[in-house]
Amino acid sequence: MDRRKFIKGAVSSLAVLALSGCDQTIEEFLQNHFLEMSKDDMEAARNRLIKQYREKFGMDFKLGMEPALPEVLYSYGLDLSRCIGCRRCVSACVQENNQSRKPQIEWIRVLRMKNGSLDLEESEHYYEAEMVPKEGYYTIPIQCQQCENPPCVKVCPTKATWQEPDGIVVVDYNWCIGCRYCMAACPYWARRFNFAEPSIPKDEINPNIHYLGNRPRMRGVVEKCTFCIQRTRKGRYPACVEACPVGARKFGNILDPESEISKVIETKRVFRLKAELNTQPRFYYFFSI
Amino acid sequence: MQNKSTAGFILQLKHFLVQSVIRLVKGPPIYYAWLTFLLALIGCGFYGFSFQFTHGLDITGMTDQVSWGLYISNFTFLVGVAAAAVLLIIPAYVYDFGPIKEITILGELLAVCAIIMCMMFVTIDVGRPERVWHLMPFVGTPNFPSSILGWDVLVLNGYLFINLFVSIYLLATIYLGKEVNYRFILPFIFLSIPWAVSIHTVTAYLYNGLGARPFWNSAILAPFCSGPALCIIIFQLVRKFTNFHVSDKALFKIAEMICIAMGINLLLLSAEVFKELYTDSLHKAPIIYLFAGLHGHTGLVKWIWTALIFNVLSFFIFLIPKTRKNFITLNIGCILIVIGVWIEKGMGLVIPGFIPTPLGEIWEYTPRLYESLITMGIWALGIFIYTLALKIAIPIETGEMKALESEAPPGELETSGSSLKGGV
Repeated sequence: MDRRKFIKGAVSSLAVLALSGCDQTIEEFLQNHFLEMSKDDMEAARNRLIKQYREKFGMDFKLGMEPALPEVLYSYGLDLSRCIGCRRCVSACVQENNQSRKPQIEWIRVLRMKNGSLDLEESEHYYEAEMVPKEGYYTIPIQCQQCENPPCVKVCPTKATWQEPDGIVVVDYNWCIGCRYCMAACPYWARRFNFAEPSIPKDEINPNIHYLGNRPRMRGVVEKCTFCIQRTRKGRYPACVEACPVGARKFGNILDPESEISKVIETKRVFRLKAELNTQPRFYYFFSI
Repeated sequence: MQNKSTAGFILQLKHFLVQSVIRLVKGPPIYYAWLTFLLALIGCGFYGFSFQFTHGLDITGMTDQVSWGLYISNFTFLVGVAAAAVLLIIPAYVYDFGPIKEITILGELLAVCAIIMCMMFVTIDVGRPERVWHLMPFVGTPNFPSSILGWDVLVLNGYLFINLFVSIYLLATIYLGKEVNYRFILPFIFLSIPWAVSIHTVTAYLYNGLGARPFWNSAILAPFCSGPALCIIIFQLVRKFTNFHVSDKALFKIAEMICIAMGINLLLLSAEVFKELYTDSLHKAPIIYLFAGLHGHTGLVKWIWTALIFNVLSFFIFLIPKTRKNFITLNIGCILIVIGVWIEKGMGLVIPGFIPTPLGEIWEYTPRLYESLITMGIWALGIFIYTLALKIAIPIETGEMKALESEAPPGELETSGSSLKGGV
């Protein structure tokens, strides 16, 4: 640890110079990987972020760093025979997770497919509709599949993205170098990059945040769906589950045999996207009717 | 005694530095014009980068759909250029082919500059360049051995070190008028052969192992054969502008090797195209996009056919002895091959991997002004470094620049210009 401190001290003076044209403070620059932080480090990072967000958005944030709950492994079910393609999940997700409005970032993509086809290349990504659903089509929302065998985690050169004990794949936005290798590796196109400084109107900010989840991000890092880690680790549903008007979205603890998701997997014929890639998604699609 | 030798060393060092500076600042008008031209491009690139550093990668043509572009394409191409030094070392040291042995140092220095350019391209491509220390052992958390990017950093740095070490050792020995100790340096030279193979193999693995991108799931990705073509052009320029002797025999031999490499490249490429088209699965979409366009999107079609025509033409130019040994056709072949491979193993390899996206969306990529400026700037900076390196290396090789006489017995000095020819 001493060597680390020494080298960090040595580079810090150079860093000040390099950072003068940058949007980072020296404390932020020298901050450790989240999993290597001591209690004090975590407290310092929390205070720094709260102060920074207050300056930027003019309000007090509640920044959580809760670890995974014991005996919990999250899974997700999506009922394709109920989904109508209204995209309320998309806007709920954007609101809840402080996604940039300009440039626009959305973690959920809803594809409209012709009945009888599962060829993604034939899908319509940018459909405009006064009314949904449309005759002859069905819709399939796709977001991070929280793979048990995640290729994005495997390729990350700095361990800035990893799988938590409750199965959620998270990103430490302060450790990501923005190489976008994870984006090339993801078979579900679930990751987004902050090509520009993200911007959110002050009155649309969600101040209830988690360090590994929906805290406001910075330019030049990758982000993704975290099953609303800030909510689910407190026993709540993800925002997309709550927002769905037709109850197509199911969520719960797969280790609890009585949970709704366990029942879905037990009683419905479920499938997983691109099963041949052996990514083992924790996200199951099914048809209830 | 100790003091005397230290004083002697300082004197030598001073002599070397003074001579180097004089050689770097003195030159014919065309030298100044060349450096000014490069400096202007570097300036444009620096301006572009400072803009990107404050505004983000938003100023490039890259998007979430096509998340790697011109920078990573140039990086991939330059890894192939760097590895090309091996095509000079194999005939020179494994087969003891004299004419090429004299010029390997120029190839090694080219490799060094190519690797430096590679590193610059990767660094400016990341969203947070100030955080690249997270990659380093001890201070950072390198995801080793799991991430191929970690391996790539390792092999590229290793290759940079080996080539720098070998070329500096050889140059220093010649400069001091001493006999090259092959027993000492040959293991390093031989090590650089598999190491050169490793850099483009590992770089190919970056793409290869991604199940999400069927276009890259092919065992034939490793890029090659444009580096030697660059060497042929550079060597002709060198012998035109300096007293350095490069024999025609050496150039024709390199052309012969390019011909073989290009033949293999074309064979593998056609095998890949056959596999994709005859299988006729949905995985053929990227290759269809590349060669024919997909659903009306044809951004890369004219590029890849240009590359293919250039590559086939150059293959025949290098194959037929009459055109291979005619400098006009030889140089045309070299230029065709550099452009052809730059397209095929650069943009032609990287971009179709992203089109269509894993969710079937087709989003075309076109490089924008600032990223083109930055790309040109990095090329200019690499060529600038290479020019300065040659400005010192060549007079050392020709014996025009040497150590102070008092340090070495006069007898040895006279062989200094040709000491590289000394056998193994």
